[in-house]
Amino acid sequence: MTVFEQSFDVLVVGGGNAGLCAAITAREAGARVLLLESAPYFYRGGNSRHTRNLRYMHDAADGIMTGPYREDEFWDDLLRVTKGKTDEPLARMMIRTSADLGSWMMARGVRFQPSLGGTLHLGRTNAFFLGGGKALVNAYYRKAEALGVAVVYEAEVTDLAIEDGRFVSAEVVHAGERHSVRASALVVAAGGFEANIPWLREHWGEAADNFIIRGTPYNQGHVLRLLLERGAMQVGDPRQCHAVAIDGRAPKFDGGICTRVDCVALGLVLNRHGLRFYDEGEDFWPKRYAIWGRLVAQQPGQVGYVLIDSKAVGKFMPTVFPALQAASIRELAGKLELDPDTVEATVTAYNSATRPGTFDWTVLDDCRTEGLDPPKSHWALPIDTPPYYGYLLRPGITFTYLGVGVDARARVLMADGTPSDNIAAAGEIMAGNVLGEGYIAGIGMTIGSVFGRLAGKEAATHGAH
Amino acid sequence: MALIDTVREAERLMTICNACRYCEGHCAVFPAMEMRLAFTEGDLSYLANLCHNCGACYAHCQYAPPHEFAVNVPVTLAELRAQSYQDYTWPPQMAGVFERNGLAVSLVTAASLSLFLLATALLVDPAVLFAVHADGDFYRIIPHDVMAGLFTAVSAYVVVAFAMGFRRFWQQTGESYASFGRPRPFLQAMRDSLTLRYLDGGAGDGCTYPTEAPSQSRRVYHHLTFYGFMLCFAATSAGTIYHYVFGWQAPYGYLSVPVVLGTTGGIGLLIGPAGLLWLKHKADPDAFGHGRRGMDTGFLALLFLTSLSGLLLLVLRETSAMGVLLAVHLGIVLGLFLTLPYGKFVHAIYRFAALVRYALERSRAAERPEA
Ligand SMILES: Cc1cc2nc3c(=O)[nH]c(=O)nc-3n(C[C@H](O)[C@H](O)[C@H](O)COP(=O)(O)OP(=O)(O)OC[C@H]3O[C@@H](n4cnc5c(N)ncnc54)[C@H](O)[C@@H]3O)c2cc1C
Ligand code: SF4
Ligand code: SF4
Repeated sequence: MTVFEQSFDVLVVGGGNAGLCAAITAREAGARVLLLESAPYFYRGGNSRHTRNLRYMHDAADGIMTGPYREDEFWDDLLRVTKGKTDEPLARMMIRTSADLGSWMMARGVRFQPSLGGTLHLGRTNAFFLGGGKALVNAYYRKAEALGVAVVYEAEVTDLAIEDGRFVSAEVVHAGERHSVRASALVVAAGGFEANIPWLREHWGEAADNFIIRGTPYNQGHVLRLLLERGAMQVGDPRQCHAVAIDGRAPKFDGGICTRVDCVALGLVLNRHGLRFYDEGEDFWPKRYAIWGRLVAQQPGQVGYVLIDSKAVGKFMPTVFPALQAASIRELAGKLELDPDTVEATVTAYNSATRPGTFDWTVLDDCRTEGLDPPKSHWALPIDTPPYYGYLLRPGITFTYLGVGVDARARVLMADGTPSDNIAAAGEIMAGNVLGEGYIAGIGMTIGSVFGRLAGKEAATHGAH
Repeated sequence: MALIDTVREAERLMTICNACRYCEGHCAVFPAMEMRLAFTEGDLSYLANLCHNCGACYAHCQYAPPHEFAVNVPVTLAELRAQSYQDYTWPPQMAGVFERNGLAVSLVTAASLSLFLLATALLVDPAVLFAVHADGDFYRIIPHDVMAGLFTAVSAYVVVAFAMGFRRFWQQTGESYASFGRPRPFLQAMRDSLTLRYLDGGAGDGCTYPTEAPSQSRRVYHHLTFYGFMLCFAATSAGTIYHYVFGWQAPYGYLSVPVVLGTTGGIGLLIGPAGLLWLKHKADPDAFGHGRRGMDTGFLALLFLTSLSGLLLLVLRETSAMGVLLAVHLGIVLGLFLTLPYGKFVHAIYRFAALVRYALERSRAAERPEA
């Protein structure tokens, strides 16, 4: 008897953080669980294998984090970045429910690094996974398998039979064969649609062809589309996504974290015409990097060029690809295939607009420009010390916000607002409920973990009926 | 090919890792890497000698093959490490021994074994050789002075070879000898190596060896091997003190200090190397490399045989087998000693020196005000 012919109480679609949390929770509650993952073994864990940390509320330093991070502060942070595009009761429930995540995760094999002081500014609010997201994913798979969750890789869910808001069966393609899988309850945790370029093109036009997908090529969003077509409520804006400016030489898919270029705040960013387009020194890079993806996406050809001089060397994270290097601005412009005259004029105009100040890249210093549009508000040192360095930037999409509506039990809401009887959703596929816009570091994993556990619990109670 | 390619590959990997840094909590390699923006050959060899081949950074790498970045840090560093052993070898003419180490170690051991067997067969009266010596007195077979003289000479050679290897390693780091002796970093390195700190995976669960599930087995077997070795060493030292200080002649009773130390150590040296060999057999070669030079296997097998022959000798010392067993045991021990500077044992020297350097770098970074 193949696994597809066995009977299960809970079917989980998608084996990233959210799906694994759901599968483990449901199995611990006694349900017979089948987890289907479309990727092969190596790529299991979707975008979760690229993550580094998550955020959860805590009342005191706990060895993992350096100080308290309470409900109200978490909520304020979320409110600020989403500019109100969030569901307060749901978000507050999520924040409160996140409080025991650290110990829950550790009990299931996830390990954290000792609290990090300083550098990333996140040591108090975020817990860093020892070995990164792939270590976390591996630990959860070991746990799930030890508990007896059935896992099938290279098993893609291609259709869902849903009647009156009730899940009936799923169509699965595995090893070239179609199977129909039944279960009493369904958990969808198949991520977003960021790897589906035709879908991105529907909302971004031609520009989407120049996007780089930072994570797994397997997040095609088919399950999301199926749910929306079968009557689930849509939340979130299809154009909203988390996009950062990354090295333009990054692989088209799955380049992950190492393709970041962290020197924007220390230099100038030009577009293809050799002109600046935004205040590079507006705020610390970790707080701003998420807006630069969009900024670059809106420039002609979806490219940007960051220029620094030798004074910046050693003050930002090393890059995976070497910078282009030149002895003069004109030469660098040539290497970047930009017009040397315009670039030189842009740099000269900027240099003469800089005002003397005390440079300190660890604080919002007083080095800024005067009479320049757009201004550079901090760290505005003249670009005048050769050698000069340049990087090509492109937008790198991290994840999408369009999703299905859920209630506080992670049940999928149908278009008329009634919760589905036996379908729950978790992770990126429903992130838009709490994160309508913007981003705070580590919240993707919070959403997946909290709603994953809720979805697993909900599905297990259903399966027991 | 090898060297240039391996160095380039290690440089490529460290550039990726330095931009990623997810593994920084696993071991000393990554924090040491983070102190650098570029990597010289000397830096890479230092990093390679900090690596324990625990596998964590491979099992947890989102860029491992089949990803197009094809990151496999343990395999590349293992290759570079083996290369560094070769570079530091003294005398340099012996470097080739690392090329096919398992074979070389086996040949040397076979030769020294034959030498002992032949010498005893030729020089010892068969009536004595095959007699039952009620008190198990080895010296009737091989006189004390011959045994002591031979092993003192060999040991002296081994110590010089180690010292010269260390010198080459240390010179390449560009550090002074005075900083090697700085007490705090030195003690830190001692603690780290005696506890095998970096085989704990970073959170105390152990390393991802031989499979991706964290386990303490490698650490436990390594401890048994290392402390077993040290106990045997202590047993020999105690015997030497008995002999020269107190004038007490071997053989010593089963409950005497040298024999108790030697027996306990010997048991460790049976279980430890056997366990490590077994783990090695189970480990995925894609993750940990193919060890094609046979270096680990040769050394572990030799340790195991040393201990096995020693324990047999002890148990059978009052039978007619003693004479031959003694020759066998001493032949294996001689093989072990002769190959110590030219086999896996050298990792102890270079790893320790690398840990001292790491502790030095850390203490300097801590002294510097926030950059
Ligand atoms: C480079 C990078 C770094 C990030 N860093 C962080 C971080 O540090 N902290 C943080 O909180 N967030 C981070 N994120 C965001 C985070 O990855 C996501 O929010 C989170 O992983 C979403 O989890 P998930 O389980 O919903 O989706 P995923 O982990 O993406 O899992 C979805 C899974 O579903 C599978 N799937 C898709 N379609 C089907 C189908 N039809 N049938 C079967 N299976 C299917 C996919 O193969 C995939 O494995 C990062 C993202 C990227 C790309
Ligand atoms: S081994 Fe992989 S996960 Fe670890 S630091 Fe290097 S690139 Fe990152
Ligand atoms: S194999 Fe282990 S010891 Fe070696 S670099 Fe990787 S994590 Fe560090």
